[in-house]
Amino acid sequence: MNASPAIRLQDVEKSFGSIRIIQGANLEVRDGERHAIIGPNGAGKSTLFNLISGHLAPTSGRIELRDRDITGMAPYKINRLGLSRSFQITTLFHRMSVVENIRCALYYPMGYRYSFWRLCPRLKDVHERADEVLERLELTRRRDVMAGMLSYAEQRALEIGLTVAGGADVILLDEPTAGMSHSETARAVELIRMLSENKTLVMVEHDMSVVFELADRVSVLLYGEVIATGTPNEIKANRRVQEAYLGVEVA
Amino acid sequence: MIPGNRFLPLMLVAATIVILALLPHLFNSRYALTLLNQLGIGIVFALSYNMLLGQSGLLSFGHAVYFGLGGFTALHALNAITDGDLPLPVPLLPIVGGLMGLAVGIILGWVSTRRSGTIFAMISLGFAELVAASSNIMRGYFGGEEGISGDRMSGPVLFNLSMGPQRDVYYVIAAWMVISALLMYLITQTPLGRMANAVRDNPLRVAFVGYNPQTVRFLMFAISGFFAGIAGSLFAINFEIITAQAVGIEYSANVLMMAYIGGTGYFLGPVLGAIIYTALSIVLSAYTEAWMFYLGVFFIIVVLYAPNGVSGVLAVHEPVLRARLMHRLLPAYGLALVTAATLLAGAVVVIESSYHLSQPGALTATMNLAGIEFDADGWRPWAFGLGALALGALLLRETIHRVGHAWADVRHHLTGDAAT
Amino acid sequence: MEGWIFFLFNGIVYGLLLFMMSSGLTLIFSMMGVLNFAHASFYMLGAYFAYQISTITGFWPGLIVAPVLVGCIGALVERYFLRTVHRHGHVAELLFTFGLAMLIEEAVVLIWGRNPVPYTVPPDLDFALFQIGGMSYSAYKIFMMAVSITMFVFLYGVIARTRIGQIIQAALTHPETVGTLGHNVPRIFMLVFGAGTGLAGLAGVIGGNAFVTEPGMARALGTIVFVVIIVGGLGSLTGAFIASLLIGVIQTTAVAIDVSLTDIFATVGLDLRNVPLHELWSKRISDVAPILPYLFMVLILVLRPRGLLGTRDS
Repeated sequence: MNASPAIRLQDVEKSFGSIRIIQGANLEVRDGERHAIIGPNGAGKSTLFNLISGHLAPTSGRIELRDRDITGMAPYKINRLGLSRSFQITTLFHRMSVVENIRCALYYPMGYRYSFWRLCPRLKDVHERADEVLERLELTRRRDVMAGMLSYAEQRALEIGLTVAGGADVILLDEPTAGMSHSETARAVELIRMLSENKTLVMVEHDMSVVFELADRVSVLLYGEVIATGTPNEIKANRRVQEAYLGVEVA
Repeated sequence: MIPGNRFLPLMLVAATIVILALLPHLFNSRYALTLLNQLGIGIVFALSYNMLLGQSGLLSFGHAVYFGLGGFTALHALNAITDGDLPLPVPLLPIVGGLMGLAVGIILGWVSTRRSGTIFAMISLGFAELVAASSNIMRGYFGGEEGISGDRMSGPVLFNLSMGPQRDVYYVIAAWMVISALLMYLITQTPLGRMANAVRDNPLRVAFVGYNPQTVRFLMFAISGFFAGIAGSLFAINFEIITAQAVGIEYSANVLMMAYIGGTGYFLGPVLGAIIYTALSIVLSAYTEAWMFYLGVFFIIVVLYAPNGVSGVLAVHEPVLRARLMHRLLPAYGLALVTAATLLAGAVVVIESSYHLSQPGALTATMNLAGIEFDADGWRPWAFGLGALALGALLLRETIHRVGHAWADVRHHLTGDAAT
Repeated sequence: MEGWIFFLFNGIVYGLLLFMMSSGLTLIFSMMGVLNFAHASFYMLGAYFAYQISTITGFWPGLIVAPVLVGCIGALVERYFLRTVHRHGHVAELLFTFGLAMLIEEAVVLIWGRNPVPYTVPPDLDFALFQIGGMSYSAYKIFMMAVSITMFVFLYGVIARTRIGQIIQAALTHPETVGTLGHNVPRIFMLVFGAGTGLAGLAGVIGGNAFVTEPGMARALGTIVFVVIIVGGLGSLTGAFIASLLIGVIQTTAVAIDVSLTDIFATVGLDLRNVPLHELWSKRISDVAPILPYLFMVLILVLRPRGLLGTRDS
């Protein structure tokens, strides 16, 4: 484990026109921890993810990945530095088979990049890795089905699979259990726990039971500011958080 | 690829080569060879276009730029061969034209593939007009009205091909078609080809699996320019002349329609499209001045009702055929045929009559359609034409309804079979 | 100097005409995501309709009737075809309008023939209004300018003052919000498409006789209008306005410049006679006028990929 934080945000601001969505957010995600970001709707959680992953550039402030400045860097460059993310709305390659989806996440990290002289059917190492990933996702049975034909829970699992397959060690999951039934959620939690082992995990999550079960630490986002960071118990006990957030939703 | 069928693709390729070698012996008239040569050129051009539209989701209105510039370069190179400045056998000219297509693809692709979707389409049109307008200005390179011509019977001889008879040209075109099609197919099987599909389906996600979507689009664009340049060179060798038309918007529109009508979702779709489109335009233009209108209507019908093209329509019937359920669709399809014939008859009479009247050269209103003589300015043809169109429109509603029902029934059976 | 004023004037008249087209195209594109490839075809229809009407009643009724007819056709196209193809995505919509452009061109040939029709400037306006430095300024060009400007004042009023105008404004900058505006969105789309094509029709009525009314007129203008909205930047009416005038002026004044790039660079000691594409550089600017808008577009794309005032990526 490294002493320096996996992700550090310093006074990050993001405005759309005259509306400030993120106003001076400060956050440190420790190396190897599971960190949940919670907050009411419209607090800016998804925007924060978009900023960290490079999908949006901040208006001001600084974002670091392992002490390296990634502010405003293109998503694919950040991804190559070892950060991967999932999406709140399932974002798969719908017209490809499940196994081909996973392979797409492997070509670049396994060194095949933009190759147009090597044939995919011959890339044994990619095939083996993809099958391993499917095994862990419990999707082996559905290997050759079009991704668009999967059930919702399976699509969400594949979404996580696409995110972790490339071997990134900082994983951002955007509401991984949204829209799932109780039993599906329980399975998803186990899956996330297993896949995030020895990695740094940041997740946006609405389901408090998931947050308190998985997270080592929790940050609370309110009106585009991080108002508290701490262990689940500290957060539960925090007055400001109770007033601002838990008070509304849990009471 | 289905396991156990590893040799199937190889056998298909071998069979294709045998058929291509036999074709000129079966159809050895000059006309047939001319047609086959045009088809071969069209197939390479349409396949190269589909690397953009079908595989990368890039709709280009300017693909003739790479085709035409490849062709011009090939002809300038041919003239250099004739003058003894370039010791290259003529059958290898497509390499030169292809490299030109690649070079122009790299330059213009660098600017235009920064964008995708409709913006990319607009930019491609701008570039097409830029090159087309330049052809009026740079008369040295484009040869003005007369274009550039050359003599293909020059330079070192390869494989005993004198390049004089059409048949020699046929073999050169067929060989380049097989090589290009094979290479283009193999590219779909590489990491770049797969990621091009991924960019087409979901550029957002591609950026989060390590790829720069722009780079993927750019590479596909440049490679597609290479193959378009090969097609253009084959055109140059076949006709021994090329004019500025070859870089123009009509050629770009043709290749778009070929690929789209054939279906962009399957590798062989554009091949089918090139055959259908070439055949239709040759047959129609022999009978009517309004052939572009008919082709346009056909294209719009495909866009509206069969967005996956003819190959897409064929593909959805494959499981139906296999399950021996085709007979359930046939009655509805029979009605569709009647409807189509009614609409077509009405449309043809109306279109041909109005076209006849608008001709400045038409001295009399009397015209002849399918052996029947009538006056285009009388009420009869118009009453018949409009009546048939109205009847067709009524039938169309019923047809859509029936076909929908028949398909629902077939789908029900198909999924039922799968469940048991 | 007087010559320059004359060319500038012509450029502005032409630029305003371009803006009549590009404003409608921008509105449609921004709100509906549809790039209407057939936009210039509606311009052509406007000209032909006005010609047909003028053969019966003279010029003036056509000024109102032709754009309304064109707008109605536009609305019907939206209602019965674009809406059907919408579910296949924006590329399918673009392909549909591409096919439509081809059909309209062929239909025009079918009805009016391949040669230009004698659609002329109305005799009431066919005189020189005034002269500056020996150049006469035709009354019809002034009239064109007046029609365009009246149209824009009216359009601006609609967009600034009415509820539909507010929706249009919101949609221009934030197209994703259109879906949240309630269930009358399809009707608004039909209206915008009809209005946009009607505007193109009006441009055809006043432009068709100033230039030439022939089946190739749509194709010639269509690409220039695309260039205008790429240069101006998507979703920006102001950008479209600036780009329309810029390109209008560039195209008309370039005809008057009698030197080549090779000449210009030679004055500062650079020899372009042996560099690649030397044939192009040695042409007089007046000869290369047709490609200048496209070169300008390339320049903008390299320097400012989003266009002069564009804020949107797609």
